[in-house]
Amino acid sequence: MTFLIQQTLLYAVPLMIVALAGVFAERSGIINLALEGIMIFGAFIGVLFVRSMQPLFADAVIQGNWLALQGFELLAMLVSAALGAAFSLLLSFASVNLKADQTIGGTALNLMAPALVLFLVRVLVNQNTLQMENGDAASWFMLKKSTFGIDKSTNLGFLGETFLNKVYLATYICILVFVILSVILYKTRFGLRLRSCGENPQAADSLGINVYKMRYAGTTISGALAGMGGFVYALTTANCTANGDVAGFGFLALAVMIFGNWKPLNIAGASLLFGLFKCVAAAYSSIDLNGDGRFLLAELGISSHLYRMLPYLVTLAVLAFTSKKSRAPKAEGIPYDQGSR
Amino acid sequence: MKQTIRSIYEKEGAKKVLASLISILAGLFVGTIVVVIVGLSKNTINGSGIWDGVRLIFFGILSKGRDAAGSLVWGYNAQSLGNMLFRATPLIMTGLSVAVAYKTGLFNIGAPGQYLMGTLASLMIALGIPSSVVPAWIIWILAFLGGCLAGALWGAIPGTLKAFLNINEVLASIMTNWLAANLVTWAFDISNFKNVAENTKAGYIYKTSFNGVVTPKMGLDKLFPGSQVNMGILLAILIAIAMYILMTKTTMGYELKACGANRHAARYAGINDKRNIVLSMAIAGALAGGGAALYWLSGNTEFYWSTYQSLPATGFNGIPVALLAVSNPIGVIFTACFMAMLDIVGQQLTGFTAYNEYITDVIISVIVYLSAFSAMIQLMLSGKKQKAGSHNANAEPPKAEEKKEGGEQA
Repeated sequence: MTFLIQQTLLYAVPLMIVALAGVFAERSGIINLALEGIMIFGAFIGVLFVRSMQPLFADAVIQGNWLALQGFELLAMLVSAALGAAFSLLLSFASVNLKADQTIGGTALNLMAPALVLFLVRVLVNQNTLQMENGDAASWFMLKKSTFGIDKSTNLGFLGETFLNKVYLATYICILVFVILSVILYKTRFGLRLRSCGENPQAADSLGINVYKMRYAGTTISGALAGMGGFVYALTTANCTANGDVAGFGFLALAVMIFGNWKPLNIAGASLLFGLFKCVAAAYSSIDLNGDGRFLLAELGISSHLYRMLPYLVTLAVLAFTSKKSRAPKAEGIPYDQGSR
Repeated sequence: MKQTIRSIYEKEGAKKVLASLISILAGLFVGTIVVVIVGLSKNTINGSGIWDGVRLIFFGILSKGRDAAGSLVWGYNAQSLGNMLFRATPLIMTGLSVAVAYKTGLFNIGAPGQYLMGTLASLMIALGIPSSVVPAWIIWILAFLGGCLAGALWGAIPGTLKAFLNINEVLASIMTNWLAANLVTWAFDISNFKNVAENTKAGYIYKTSFNGVVTPKMGLDKLFPGSQVNMGILLAILIAIAMYILMTKTTMGYELKACGANRHAARYAGINDKRNIVLSMAIAGALAGGGAALYWLSGNTEFYWSTYQSLPATGFNGIPVALLAVSNPIGVIFTACFMAMLDIVGQQLTGFTAYNEYITDVIISVIVYLSAFSAMIQLMLSGKKQKAGSHNANAEPPKAEEKKEGGEQA
């Protein structure tokens, strides 16, 4: 059970934060189809940062200075968020200033990110995957019992074992950021203004809100979150490697966002559900539900291919059932034109 | 988006071509910048290495490799040209797939999935029917039609979801893409078409030539000795012309386009909009699936079957092919050849310089990015800043106002 919850969280948290990225863009009126691309880019930047800064923190690993290492991890998250935001400016520029087709613009970024990343990775390390210079994500960044000076054999109880042992700080930071930004979106003046630009930009403009600025803000926050989400995904599920691929997570996040009806609380629930399916798909053969040493899902004898298809099948089914009720921001995807007020 | 499509229709062909050419040149230019920057920052690449990279980006199709002295040799390369045509064949088809859907107001990002399903059906048929019983040419035709049909069915799924449940076709297509990738892997995993005859070929499906099913060359191998080109390219061009006629000269094409321009207006005019949306995606799927059949039935291509983690680039590259051609089926022929040429350029870069083939993907993505606002480029070309009724015409003035307003707020 502990394993199942931890694995589900590993998949759910990047989905959640990237789905929130989608919310910020779409609530301001820009369809951010580029989430996948920005994630790929953010993952690359984060891993590259970790890789190039590793020599500076070599002592910290030897001394077990976990505070320094967690700070290092946070720094990498910040850097990937900053560069993700910068990358998303390409989308904002095209869709706000040039009034381009946002779907095509997003697709362009989705094509650009893996191409650029693979090109650079191949040039930098002469192979297709960028890894850490030495060591792995678990030994550098994972929080374990030993990190806090607790003996390995000590039982921390169910909650302690699940949420304090073998976890990443990044997971909790993401949850914190998710909560803070959700509050900002709903309880502040800025959030209200942002949302109004996605519903009725003409009305917002007539009240003195700068629609272009708000849309830039929404997309940039979106880019930062997606970039950070990409790195967190790479760190926690891919052992801090970047290979120009996040396995369609950006697109799944879009589905989560629509399933969650563009509302943070629903999105949190939806991403847990999807995280569970992703976790089952990735690790069904080693999931031991009741702790009796038997792997129930593997013993069912269902093909692994079917498990891998589950997240996508569920997405389609869920979209089919919820699409009639879904309420997308009214003005999303429509370039704002002051003349048509 | 609909207004963008309409405004694209209203422009003359010349400006469209010019806008596409500008996008292409800008893409190549960005590629050059990346090559130069990377070259300058890596001390393993010297000046002549950079210069070789830049020259290959623009003229790679005319490269004949390196001579004994180590410098690049240039000239007519029949093999490269033939291979370019061979690679253009599936690209024309996936490009048509995206273009036809786009003309009817749908963005078919599902071409990779449809391409994979076409691959599955055509390979299964081509390898499954013994050529000792049925003549090989009949198997070829069956396999081609099977590929088209499988693609059509796969395309119809997002089409149906869009028409009846109003699910965004982009999102549905993305899901069906990954479903196809897993399904194809699954089907080949339990099939007995895995190549076990040649030990070195782990993970590949038999070539269709094992069953004697090979696309006829029709003398093209004499024209381009040493290359893989075959009749497929001629067939693809014929299909492109057929699509042009379908979209511009028939009632069906008119109805499809009407649904794309305004679904509700089309319904008001007595057109069955739901049927047309499904039909449009099915046609798009059939084209992508047919493209896969033309590629894999050639007899000299091998399919890597464990594909559940990746989607075929040929499918995605249908998007830039269609966008560059402004969704014109005839234009698709030329833009597909250009994309195929970039593919060859990528090979040349990997083979003869310190760079690699992914730079051509960077170039392609820049081109797609620019074609997202090709309407703007066309507008700038005509020099008309203000045009009544055009959606993009007011792009510049509000920007100026925005600055002014921002100043007031601050």
